[in-house]
Amino acid sequence: MIACAGLSGRMARPHVFMSLLLDNILTPVVLCFIMGMIARWVKSDLALPEAMYQGISIYLLLAIGLKGGAALSDTPLTVFLKPAFATLVIGLLSPVIAYVMLRKIGKRSAVDAAAIAAHYGSVSVVTFLAASEAVKRQGLEAEGYLPALVALLEVPGIVVALLFVRSEGSSSWSKALHEVVTGKSIVLLIGGLCIGALCGTQKLTDVQPFFGAAFKGALCLFMLELGLVAGKRLRDAGRAGLRLLSLGIILPPILGAIGVAAGLLSGMGPGGSAVLGAMAGSASYIAAPAAVRIALPQANPAYYLTLALGITFPFNLGLGIPLYIHLSHLLSPWL
Amino acid sequence: MKMRFKKITIVAERVLHEQVVELLKRHKVSGWTAQNVTGEGSRGLRASEWEGSNVQIYTLVPESVADAIMEDIAQHYFENWSVVVYSQDVEVLRPGKYQNP
Repeated sequence: MIACAGLSGRMARPHVFMSLLLDNILTPVVLCFIMGMIARWVKSDLALPEAMYQGISIYLLLAIGLKGGAALSDTPLTVFLKPAFATLVIGLLSPVIAYVMLRKIGKRSAVDAAAIAAHYGSVSVVTFLAASEAVKRQGLEAEGYLPALVALLEVPGIVVALLFVRSEGSSSWSKALHEVVTGKSIVLLIGGLCIGALCGTQKLTDVQPFFGAAFKGALCLFMLELGLVAGKRLRDAGRAGLRLLSLGIILPPILGAIGVAAGLLSGMGPGGSAVLGAMAGSASYIAAPAAVRIALPQANPAYYLTLALGITFPFNLGLGIPLYIHLSHLLSPWL
Repeated sequence: MKMRFKKITIVAERVLHEQVVELLKRHKVSGWTAQNVTGEGSRGLRASEWEGSNVQIYTLVPESVADAIMEDIAQHYFENWSVVVYSQDVEVLRPGKYQNP
């Protein structure tokens, strides 16, 4: 109901945005995240066993890859090339913007700024999923090949950010590169994409009951865990300082707007562009932290983890995604 | 036939697991054991926090090797990483098992 009203109203009035906002938050996935945060806040003993969320993250990444791969096999190369190029541009641009803002506004040291910029240069897979769902609920189409863009966006941003402080210790640099390129998220995503593309939609129906039907339920459990970790990060967020924390809210809309514009310019629909915006505005917390810890051990993990997981992720989940959808609607007639 | 050896214990961030094992192998240790552990120390936070926190690695070595390993660990990791290393005297049977030629 709300979604229909939003569409017919052309998304211009403020109350439409409010309903979009509410519709986005009142979903099992987001509410599970909030439940996790509350559980941490009241110091509940709730915790997911490590093996379980490791397993779920493997399941989610592979499922995304398979689905995207199948869609990719139905997409002509010429249609895919432009958005792929746009994604690479975002991957190169966003860490630079983040780095400059962290240096100038956040007043961080070069090492800390580069470490945080690497997270914003990369992409959060769960933010991508939440955005895809939100777009679907609004009755919009999101391009099926988007998971391939997630895989494309994951690596370059981290590499570019690390280039800012490359000078010392090149051995740790190659180790970090190895960590990002062979990390489980990239292997599963690209592996899944290849399997999906090779098999095509028809053959994937065999595994659909496992990878398709249970997907959102598994995502809820994963969100619960993320909520627990984010709640913990928020609790000691104070140490990061107000300047840095505010950047965790300022950066996503700026990078997200670039993502939306890039999506529309490369010929994607408003739905897909909104998702690309959410991807650009998100901060990685699986691939980036491990790589950054190895490449820049001097950087303080408290800064980048608090910002990526404690501030930016919840911001995107609640406010950012509706904002990117709204923006995509506003811009689509012009771009 | 008991013989005095050193047991070296290294507690480190999970991301260092492979690096530490490589370091041990450079010192020609004949084996190692690792387990995932949690805990808190002077540094607090872990980068891999939400993928588990620490790894604890043990190895049994002749006394002559023990100091070199500990110094190597100290030199590489003490400045920027959450790492604890200590050694204990232990007695082992079959000492040849723990000595690489």
